[in-house]
Amino acid sequence: MTTLQELAQNPKKKAVALISGGLDSLLAAKVVMEQGVHVEGINFFTGFCVEGHTHAIRNMKKEKPKRNNALWVAEQLGIKLHMIDVIEEYKDVVLNPKHGYGQHLNPCLDCKIFMVNKALAWSWMEENQFDFIITGEVIGQRPKSQRRETMPVIARESGADNRLLRPLCAKNLPETLPEREGWVDRDKLYDFHGRNRKPQMALAEEFGFEDYAQPAGGCCFLTDASYSGKLTDLWNGRGTRDYDIDDIMLLKVGRHLRPRPHFKVIVAREEGENHYLRGYQQQFTMVEAVSHIGPLGAIDGASLSDDDLKLAARIISRYGQGRDAESVIVRITRNGVSTDHEVAPLPSDQIPADWHV
Amino acid sequence: MFSTDQLDLRRMLCPLPVIRTQDHIKGMSPGDTLTIVCTDPGVLTDIPTWCRINGHEVTSTEEADYEIKITIQVGAE
Repeated sequence: MTTLQELAQNPKKKAVALISGGLDSLLAAKVVMEQGVHVEGINFFTGFCVEGHTHAIRNMKKEKPKRNNALWVAEQLGIKLHMIDVIEEYKDVVLNPKHGYGQHLNPCLDCKIFMVNKALAWSWMEENQFDFIITGEVIGQRPKSQRRETMPVIARESGADNRLLRPLCAKNLPETLPEREGWVDRDKLYDFHGRNRKPQMALAEEFGFEDYAQPAGGCCFLTDASYSGKLTDLWNGRGTRDYDIDDIMLLKVGRHLRPRPHFKVIVAREEGENHYLRGYQQQFTMVEAVSHIGPLGAIDGASLSDDDLKLAARIISRYGQGRDAESVIVRITRNGVSTDHEVAPLPSDQIPADWHV
Repeated sequence: MFSTDQLDLRRMLCPLPVIRTQDHIKGMSPGDTLTIVCTDPGVLTDIPTWCRINGHEVTSTEEADYEIKITIQVGAE
């Protein structure tokens, strides 16, 4: 067994911790820091991270402070956090997951392999030179990616092999290099398993962490049925499985209705979304009631006919204060040119349920 | 001579403004200043947190018409 004295004689070992912003990664990093290892955090932004976006778009005037939990975790730990934009590279994970999807469009196992691989590549960069990687994985915690049989798959396919340490369940796994070399004391690691969160909560209390995030649906929009449905609809509507950052951001905004296969309308639900959508007026045809107070709507589609525009305007005006009026004047703005039109708001019973994406 | 840079991060949602700020500051020197213009109110929390973690200082914050302007003085690594 490695003593603390022996560990203290070897102070230069460095670990990079994958920080999602949740409790497990917070604890995993803390457990290793407690053993005198220099830890820095790394956080990958895939575009699907739950962190912040919808809160930022909606309810902009609410008093509750919005925070990025990964940054918050780093500050609690007193470590640096390196935030990496992987939106483009991540597309291949979403579109072609080798290990398939989970319940929705969540490619959890491929995602974990991807992130550990990216962390490995980053940690070996000349200016970084880290010795091993930490994740907050717990055997049995997640049905797709955190199972006993997936743990070695992640280690092997990411290329990290025995430089990947899972401090919260290390005692349930074979020894890794950091343990074998005495960089960390295996006896001071944990044997958590299963979906029970009590051991993590007890450890958090022991470390004095109170205000940690516990997102019910995980940290990724792809685990969400509604979001995955909208992404599938986007691909079907365009006839191609692809996306860019604006596409995936807009899936988090407003009501989405597809009245015709070749176009859909996105209707803002409140002021924050109105403002956010307005930023897309160069890309989309925009519709807004001018005779009544009402939401801004964007039309996403190509080859729009006059009938399409009229239908979209009738749908969008249905969500404003003119919903019960015989007619509403709407302003349609296309390629920077605005024209006003009189339309009858579409009654709710003429909006089939299957238009709602 | 310290440099003064500006970044337009409007319409970007957190954490992208933080990532773009982080990446830009990597090319700057201690004492330089960076002013970012954003529309995501999340930056009001995230940028100061990121600065505290990384040893930089927010020297001013202005809000007007859905736009937020934050000036950061680059600290020593």
